[in-house]
Amino acid sequence: MGITAVPMLLSLYLSFTNYDALSDFSAVEWIGLDNYREMFTADASFWHAVRVTVTFALIAVPLKLAAALGVALLLNRAFRGVGLFRGLFYLPSLLGGSVALAIVWVNMFNRDGAFNSLLGLFGIEGAPWVNDPRFALETLMALAIWQFGAPMVIFLAGLKQIPVELYEAASVDGAGPWRQFRAVTLPMLSPVIFFNLVLETINGFQGFTSAFVLSNGTGGPVDSTLMYTLNLYIKGFTELRMGYASALAWVFLVAIALITVVLFSTGRFWVHYADGEDR
Amino acid sequence: MGRRFWRLVILVLILAVVLYPLLWMLGTSFKSREEIATNIGLWPDVFTPGNFRDGWQNFDVSFGRFFANSAMVALLTVVGNAVSCLLAAYAFARLRFRMRKVWFAIMIGTLLLPGHVLIIPQYVLFKQLGWVGGDWPYLPLLVPQFLATEAFFVFLMVQFMRGIPYELDEAAKIDGASPYTVFAHVIVPLSRPALVTTAIFSFIWTWNDFFRQLVFLSDLQDYTVPVALTLFIDSTSESAVGPMFAMSLLSLVPVFLFFVAFQRLLVEGINTSGIKG
Repeated sequence: MGITAVPMLLSLYLSFTNYDALSDFSAVEWIGLDNYREMFTADASFWHAVRVTVTFALIAVPLKLAAALGVALLLNRAFRGVGLFRGLFYLPSLLGGSVALAIVWVNMFNRDGAFNSLLGLFGIEGAPWVNDPRFALETLMALAIWQFGAPMVIFLAGLKQIPVELYEAASVDGAGPWRQFRAVTLPMLSPVIFFNLVLETINGFQGFTSAFVLSNGTGGPVDSTLMYTLNLYIKGFTELRMGYASALAWVFLVAIALITVVLFSTGRFWVHYADGEDR
Repeated sequence: MGRRFWRLVILVLILAVVLYPLLWMLGTSFKSREEIATNIGLWPDVFTPGNFRDGWQNFDVSFGRFFANSAMVALLTVVGNAVSCLLAAYAFARLRFRMRKVWFAIMIGTLLLPGHVLIIPQYVLFKQLGWVGGDWPYLPLLVPQFLATEAFFVFLMVQFMRGIPYELDEAAKIDGASPYTVFAHVIVPLSRPALVTTAIFSFIWTWNDFFRQLVFLSDLQDYTVPVALTLFIDSTSESAVGPMFAMSLLSLVPVFLFFVAFQRLLVEGINTSGIKG
């Protein structure tokens, strides 16, 4: 506990200083809110990183959850080999966060990478996706979506909990598959969807490894992959402005807490709990 | 019949897309430099294992060293998490102490805390202690793991221990067992499944971890595999692609073996434990 709590307070203190990691602790100067003022008013890279991160999360998280739910629905039947399918779909979630896979991914979307070769088969001229500021972030989104296996297995567990009688009753009432999905599956699954949404949103905001690998730690091309955590790393460990980076970290923490609170408050309107206690 | 058939077709198509990058990595690892440039197919025409030899020796320090470093960090993390989280979980699940609920809430709260927020103060702290770049540069990576900072595993074990009947504790206490004996002879043996899950995920997460290792390791000979792999990106000449892929592939082998061995547990165990009500 101490290893978490003490650094937290230290971090808060540092965020009001100009600490630079090189000089002695005694040389640290209290500079009040200067770090925060700079961040919000003078530092363009801060707002840029916020925009990149929010764009990433807004697009990658819903698509990842949609893919996870779609495949989970397809797998939610007993047939031979279902376990194998489930395992293989899950595999990217296990490997995908690694540096190794980020390297492979970046090369796949290079000018002469596998993706362009594939496009070439259809006579389409590809772009150097990872070197183009218009597409670089999208390739990282694709990598995140590719790892849909983890939320998928959670969806599968949720789908198993829905009583079969509900579907039977719906089909007696003449509801087709789409209607059943809308009226039974979605509401019954909403707590699980909510759980996955919160988890994946928080994860999405913290993307670091793939952006680091794609840009070799710079956030390029033209800052297009400057995720918030990467910006924090650059400020703290490349420019050694640890006081400023601490301020970045605190803003990040508050932002994530706020987003979680917002998600929970909207959850009241669409998350349906089977025990009737719609909190 | 028709419906089942189409379901299978769609699943196989999606699976092909999902597995393609992995197969492509496998194939490219065995392609010669010329073939990487010319053969766009998945499989190499001629299998060239040379990439593995070249990659292994690509830097001044061999990849054998990097793998040994990674293995040491991962295994010590497993030991640290298993022991410390077990002790912490026992305290939360069975012992009565002041402010237990408050401490538990704080512990759960740290689950939401991004690692990136803690990294700077931890760095400053460990630097002041002389651990960063010290005699043994792995202290900053490992010491926290021996202090039950992985709230996720503590939580997992607390939940598991709550399922162990109290009567067993009581029976042991009547026989004169101290809380330590209860822990060692009742709780620990019965917590084996949670312990196994913790060990597996500790290993995989640490093996894949990059951020902390990037921050705390600065000498080439101390590098772990992920940090060493990023060196390939610096030298993005065409000739490095094959060796880079070969080493990337090798680095995934331990995780893949875990996947094969514990597939059921990985897919069904931990991910669903949080929502089974």
